[in-house]
This record gives sequence, C-alpha cells and structure tokens, in this order.
Amino acid sequence: MSDSYFRTDDLTVGYGKKALIRGIRIEVRRGEILTLIGPNGAGKSTILRSVSRQLALLGGTVFLEGRDMASYSGNELARRLALLFTDRARPELVTCFEAAAAGRYPYTGRLGILGKEDREKVRSAMELMQIWDLRDRSFSAVSDGQRQRVLLAGALCQEPELIVLDEPTSFLDVRHKLEFLGLLRNMTRERRIAVILSLHELDLAQKISDRVVCVKGDRIMDQGSPEEIFQEEKIRVLYDLPEGSFIPAGGGVELPAVRGESRVFVIGGGGSALPVYRRLQREGIPFATGVLNENDTDAAAARALANELFLRPAFEPVRAEDTADACGALLRCERVICTLRSFGPQNEGNRELIRAAEEAGLEIER
Amino acid sequence: MADGSGYKRCGAVFAFLLAALLLLLLVNIASGSVSIAPGEIFRILFRREGDPTNCNIVWQIRFPRALAAVLLGGGLSVSGFALQTFFHNPIAGPFVLGISSGAKLAVALVMILLLNQGRPVSSFEMVLAAFGGAMLSMCFVLAVSVRTDRMSVLIVAGVMIGYICSAVTDFVVTFADDSNIVNLHGWSLGSFSGMTWENVSSMSLIILPAFLLVFFLSKPIGAYLLGENYARSLGVNVRLLQTALVLLSSVLSAAVTAFAGPVSFVGIAVPHLTRNLLRTSRPVLVIPASFLGGSVFCLLCDLIARTVFAPTELSISSVTAIFGAPVVIWMMLRKKREG
Repeated sequence: MSDSYFRTDDLTVGYGKKALIRGIRIEVRRGEILTLIGPNGAGKSTILRSVSRQLALLGGTVFLEGRDMASYSGNELARRLALLFTDRARPELVTCFEAAAAGRYPYTGRLGILGKEDREKVRSAMELMQIWDLRDRSFSAVSDGQRQRVLLAGALCQEPELIVLDEPTSFLDVRHKLEFLGLLRNMTRERRIAVILSLHELDLAQKISDRVVCVKGDRIMDQGSPEEIFQEEKIRVLYDLPEGSFIPAGGGVELPAVRGESRVFVIGGGGSALPVYRRLQREGIPFATGVLNENDTDAAAARALANELFLRPAFEPVRAEDTADACGALLRCERVICTLRSFGPQNEGNRELIRAAEEAGLEIER
Repeated sequence: MADGSGYKRCGAVFAFLLAALLLLLLVNIASGSVSIAPGEIFRILFRREGDPTNCNIVWQIRFPRALAAVLLGGGLSVSGFALQTFFHNPIAGPFVLGISSGAKLAVALVMILLLNQGRPVSSFEMVLAAFGGAMLSMCFVLAVSVRTDRMSVLIVAGVMIGYICSAVTDFVVTFADDSNIVNLHGWSLGSFSGMTWENVSSMSLIILPAFLLVFFLSKPIGAYLLGENYARSLGVNVRLLQTALVLLSSVLSAAVTAFAGPVSFVGIAVPHLTRNLLRTSRPVLVIPASFLGGSVFCLLCDLIARTVFAPTELSISSVTAIFGAPVVIWMMLRKKREG
C-alpha cells in the first residue's frame, strides 16, 4: 500500500545478536491506530523499541514516509516520531508543564529556551489532554493517570506524525484507561497521526484499533482488522486459552467451565442468566443450560461456563426434540434455576422445561 | 514554570548569590591577621594606591586566594552536578565517589617523584596528574555501576576507593623527604592557602571553559533528566552526552584537587541546595546558579577556616564537611521517606 506512513519490510528484531521475531511486516497510515496484542514476553516491547530506533535492527528495514528510517538524523526523526514508554524517570522539581514542554526539544535553540510559539503549543497540547490545570504541579507528585496524559501532551508537543506507545494503560484504573484511550483516539483523528501501541486489555484493543497485530513469541501470528482478529479461535490460540473462554462480542474473557456431572439446570436467555452462570462457576458447581439460540446474549458466556449446553442456530425455532434433549439433562440435575420472568412463543420450550421440573418435584429457584 | 512567578524567584536567587559573592569577596579580603578597611580595599584594588604592606597582602595573598575559592568552589559544584546527572542520583559527587581521592593520590605521587629529582612541578603537570587519577577512579566507579543498579552499593564502593587512595597517599607521604611533607601534608587535607596568580590563571583556563561546556549541554541534560530512552527519542546523542559528563566532571574535580587538594561535600550539597532555592531542575538555570553557589559556599568556608581559630588555619575540607555533610544526611532521609 503506497499511502502507508509507516511500513516495515521483513524486519528481524531481538536483543544483542539473538533474533527474537523474524519476518515482521506491518504498516500504518496517518490517522490510524495499529495495536500489538499478545501474551507477556511475546516481544511486543521489542518490536516497538526496534521500530522506534531505540534498539538496533537485526535485519530488514523500517520505512517512514517511504524513506529508510536509518537515514533520518536524530532531530529529523524526533520531529516525526514521538515515544511514550513506561520507563520514564520522575525527577524532582520538574513541573508538569516542563515535563510536557520537553517535547519541544527538536524545535528549540541551542539552550532549549522556549519561545512564545513553543509555549502556545505546549499549552494547546496540555489543554487537549485536559491537564492545563496541572501545569505548575510537580511531575513526580501527580497520579499515574495524570502522568500518562502529561507524557502524551509532551509527545503531542513534538508535533509528530507517528506516536509509538508501549502499554500506556497498564497502571491506570478503568476510568483513566477509557479517558486516555479516548483522548488518543480523538487526537489521532484530529491531528492525522499514525499510532502504534501495545495493549494488554483485549476489550479496549478491540474498540480502539484500526488494525491489530498478534505477536506470539517468535512470529507475527496474524494481523488484520479487529473484526478479523477478535474471533474466539484466534485469541484462544494466541493466548493459549481454554476453549470458549474468550467472548468476541465484548472482548472479555470468562474463567474455564466447571466440569463433572451437571448438578444444576439453568433456564435463561436474553442476558438474564449471566450472573447465575458466573455465580455457579465461582461456587464450583457444574451446570447445564438451554435451550438457547446461538445469538442469545447468554449463549456466549454459556459456551465458556456451562458443563452441558443445549444450543440452536441463530434465528431457528426451538424444536420439540431439542426441548426433549434438554429435559433429559434437566431431570438428572438436583436443582433448577429459572431466570426468566415471562415466556412467549419464542421460548415455549423453556416453559415446558419448567413444567417437567415441577412434575418431577425438583427444587426450583426463580 | 508556566507563569512569571518562577522567573521572579530565579531572578531573586541569582541576585542574592551575586550579592553574597561580592560581599564575601570583600570580607575575605578584609579579614585576617591584618584587618583592612573596605574603603582601603577599594583604593588598593581599583587605583592600586595605599599602604604598600596592605597592598601586598591584598594583591599577592588575599585576592588570588579569594578568586581561587570562587573558581574552585564553582568548578567543584558543577562537577558534582554533572555526576548527579550522569548517575541519575542526587547523592553522587566527586568526593563520595572517590574521584577526588584518586586525583589526590596521582598528584601526590607525581609531586614526590618530581620533587625528589629536584624539579618543581608546574600547575599544568599537577592538573594532568590529577586528571589521570580522577579518570582511574572514575573508571572503577563506572565498572561498579554497570554491575549494580543500587546507588548505595555504588556510593559505598566510591567511599572505599576514596579510603584506599587516601591510605596510599598517606603511605607515600610518609616516605617523602621532610621538606616535601610540609607542603604535601597541608595540601592533602585540602586548603586554598598559598594561591599565586599563576595558579589562578591556570585554573581559570581549565575551569571556566569546562563550566561553559557543561552550561551549553543544558538542553540535552534537561532531556536526559527525564530518562535516557526518552532523551534518545528526542534526538539526543546519549552516548556522547554521557561521555562528556564523565570527562567534564573529572576535569573539574581534577583541577580543584590539583590546586587545593580534596574538598569534601561541596559537589553534593551545593547543587542540591541550589535546586531547592530555585525550585526547579532546569539545567539552564541550575548550572550557573550551582557555580555561583559553590563560589559563595567556598568563600564562606575559607573565611571560617582562616579566621575562626586564627592564627591556626583549619583545612578547607573540615569546614565544608561540617556544613555539607548534614545536607547530605538530610537529602538521604528525605529520599527514603519519599520511597
């Protein structure tokens, strides 16, 4: 693709002389976010450090604007590429303004004194990150969430065309994660910046990324749009998860199902049974559930958590024989939990299951 | 420092340091076994007229000595600043890391060797020897620093190097000729006494350019303070900067040691106090303020060393230690509390 801002060609990265990952081909356009995901120690940081010239390449080429990155001078590169890594020092007696203003480095003169225009740019970056109020606070004393935003403002001050971030959300709580990534997303669009980052949070990666690259140990396992990558099987293989535990819909993961003889039968649907599934899993009780359609909200979690699952394809009516199968399983359980408040033509079968349980004298919890 | 208040503060600090410097220069020249009135000092300094004895005292003894304190104090303080930057730690300094003692040992050896051959040692040779010794200690400290991330280990290693070098210095001084010992003994404890104009001009030829070089590194130093990798990403040649910091701090502390012997704690205490006075870490301000602060500190300490138990003169290191060491203890306690 000719319009990509950043592109690598058959890159080999690693520490020292030891090659860790070979054949890396990734690219990103301006205004796009490329996310690296993969297990710990898979080499996400190594790739990020290599493509930002912090680590020597062991093979291949990195292109920036179609030009070999190695041919850029330090200053030329700093005007195009900003880094946000987690290993930043926290010196005393440095204000947040000064920490952000460090990003003006490639533009200031011999002694690094900020001009009026520089100050304006720092101010606008800090305002965009909503931290202008913190300008006189000590950089070492602000919270982790605020610090990350100061660093991002600093990166913006560099007026880069590409920003590389290594797990920028690792130390943030959920609110600050959302805020940070939201700001990053807006900034990327508004200022037409290309972004490469690594993330641990699959749910967030799924929502923020334009392209996703799966890094697994010694290779790039896969790459593509979030829709292509966030599929049960791909994520399961990438992270060596047990079957069914990744839920593509929300990008979340469930703990593995409790196996054994099913002791409880759960009648649910439409998301109502989800808390019950999780409670039974926590309590270590194997359970059966059904009959659910594949597109039911409960079905995704049930796949991960249920010992036995009675499933129908999406939009298919539940047939009598499906109900009969489920009924067989229900009668082997000690207890039935029903999370439904009402029944209609779509889940007539479930009403029959309740009736069968009542007839058999099973304990029914509603 | 997004607003004006920080600038006002820094302006006030510089004005204060300059005023203190001039005042202490005057007091240092005025006081001693013969007191000279300020009015007479001005006449002697600017119009070169007055009592010939006093004229001699001012021009040949006190003025060069005071200027030496200004230059050496400033140089030492900037040397400490460079080391603290390099090691990312405020407790690094030429004295605690054993660099001053390495320089001292080398100078003592060269002096004894050359004096035994009946040859006087020039300022230049002294500085060269001191620089060699400083670099040797520095190499040792660097070798330790790549093996440990713990600053305490590095400091202990530095203090031990200091002890070894001092012990060897004492050893060679013991075997030196009687006539040499008197000179060497006073020098090896640290003293600004006996400074000549030749000394002052040679030390200014070394210290002032080195100081200016450090000052012109303000910008990369500022980025380096925020982390090595970050500085590299801003286009700083980190390897070059580190080499420059090591060489310049060694040159500065070598120059000081060659002329005045080892002077303790100035390198740690002064940059720290200066930073806190300025309430900023911006090198473009901290470096010149540290130089001035070091000058003021050493002028004051030399005044105390000369006058408190007059006519007996204290070693300059004893006085700087009394004021400087508590600052270091305070810094370490504060650092611990912050985690």
